Amino acid sequence: MTDSRYVSIEGIARRYAAPGGRTTTVFEDLWFSMNKGDFACIIGHSGCGKTTVLNILAGLDAPDTGAAIMDGQAIEGPSLDRAVIFQGHALLPWRTVLGNVSYAVSSRHRRWSAEKVRDHAMRFIELVGLKGSEHKRPSELSGGMKQRVGIARALSIEPKMLLMDEPFSALDALTRGTLQDEVRRICLETGQTVFMITHDVDEAIYLADRIVLMTNGPQAVVAEIVENPLPRDRRRLDIHKQPDFYAVRNHLIDFLVERSKTFKSALPEGYDHRHPPVVRPTGGLVPPPDGDARAA
Amino acid sequence: MSLPLNVRAALVSVLLLAGFLLVWQGATAGFGASSGGLPAGMDPEYAKLMGLTATTGKSAMPSPVDVGGQLLKLLSDPFYDKGPNDKGLGIQLAYSLGRVLLGYGIAVLVAVPLGFLIGMSALMSRALDPFIQVLKPISPLAWMPLALYTIKDSGISAIFVIFICSVWPMLLNTAFGVASVRKEWLNVARTLEVGPLKRAFTVILPAAAPTILTGMRISIGIAWLVIVAAEMLVGGTGIGYFVWNEWNNLSITNVIIAILIIGVTGMVLDQILAAVARLVTFPE
Repeated sequence: MTDSRYVSIEGIARRYAAPGGRTTTVFEDLWFSMNKGDFACIIGHSGCGKTTVLNILAGLDAPDTGAAIMDGQAIEGPSLDRAVIFQGHALLPWRTVLGNVSYAVSSRHRRWSAEKVRDHAMRFIELVGLKGSEHKRPSELSGGMKQRVGIARALSIEPKMLLMDEPFSALDALTRGTLQDEVRRICLETGQTVFMITHDVDEAIYLADRIVLMTNGPQAVVAEIVENPLPRDRRRLDIHKQPDFYAVRNHLIDFLVERSKTFKSALPEGYDHRHPPVVRPTGGLVPPPDGDARAA
Repeated sequence: MSLPLNVRAALVSVLLLAGFLLVWQGATAGFGASSGGLPAGMDPEYAKLMGLTATTGKSAMPSPVDVGGQLLKLLSDPFYDKGPNDKGLGIQLAYSLGRVLLGYGIAVLVAVPLGFLIGMSALMSRALDPFIQVLKPISPLAWMPLALYTIKDSGISAIFVIFICSVWPMLLNTAFGVASVRKEWLNVARTLEVGPLKRAFTVILPAAAPTILTGMRISIGIAWLVIVAAEMLVGGTGIGYFVWNEWNNLSITNVIIAILIIGVTGMVLDQILAAVARLVTFPE
């Protein structure tokens, strides 16, 4: 899986000035790459620099050392090739749904007529199921609908890569599930390359092909890359009945609870920043060790 | 009481007004007003010297009925012009409004772009801060002698004073509004590769508009406060000059009418800007 690296992060580090003239290193020597059409999730505790990694990919932030590369070009500043879905949806409240999506479309296609922009925007508003609400303002929408507009806006510029910063974390469980289904459907249909931050282990297992585990900051590193063993045609309803589901889930939870703290102090034999270990947890229907029954 | 709140509030307002007018009428009616004769023990020579007020016991303060009558008379012909000291109320008001709108308009043209610059640049914000902090608390009328000396025209000096007093709230509010535009909105524009000029007009201006309008509303209030005082100083025309002129004529009735007109006009100006502010305000 190393032949055509579509996106690659090469040895990036980010440091901030700390009080007392010292610097705090959020993360250092981070390596990671993605293929075209990959859906990658990054998991780690707060403060490990997940959002900073995403901002570097978006071009909103720059690494102090190293580089981020997409499609053979170094990322230097924001670009219409990479769309961001923000955690707080970040809709412009003085514009309608259509106005928000059109704003993105007309930025992408500056020569298009107003009518063409409108038609294109409406196509994506329909795609996320908001037809009929296009003249509403964000304040008239529910949280889930707002995030749908954010998704429509990001997809409408037909980016090479989609960056999502905890897009569903502010939503209730029911809405979150529906939106996860739709994002997964759209991304599979369009072969979208996606990089997503999440805190939700189940969300990561459902959506991602590969899950990047980051240790706690400061000086966070990529501990390992988990390849999702579940079949590509998994469904949210019966995902917990998949034979490998608990193996992955327990692996991820173990990491978040235990190993994210201890990993750095005892790096495994032969650990290489450039090639963090790739694991593929499998193994039958293991009952949850701590009687965890929330999968239902 | 099942009447809606605003009906009840209007009722109380009307009652308060009626009560106020009644007390006013009672207080100015005087005691011996109807007797016509001299108060007991007053020297007739002294009574002649003091004039009608002393002899009848009637106050120089007009009653609300007097004021109402005079108001109707003035409003029935607001635009007459019988020389420099006798112009209709409408003409005086138009002069004042003209000065305010001109000075205020120039202040908008200066304050909003400059506020944008200050709000967008941390360097300019810090560099200009000491000047603003010193200039802001100066009473606008303190500029008057300097303006008169340099401009050498009392009319333009009044406009300058209006300009200088209305510029600060707009400048500070614009700078604050622009500086506190949400970072995520700016990031949206950045990820969409929107150029700086388009970003200023499509993101920063709409986002800061409610704050800018608040500054403009404060400014028009101050400008209207200041024009009365400025016109008392520069003289010639305007509602402020009218007040002072009528004081010199000892026509308390006209002074009271002018006070009323100034209040109503100020309210109208404020409400116009409040309506504009409602147009640009967006619910989050």
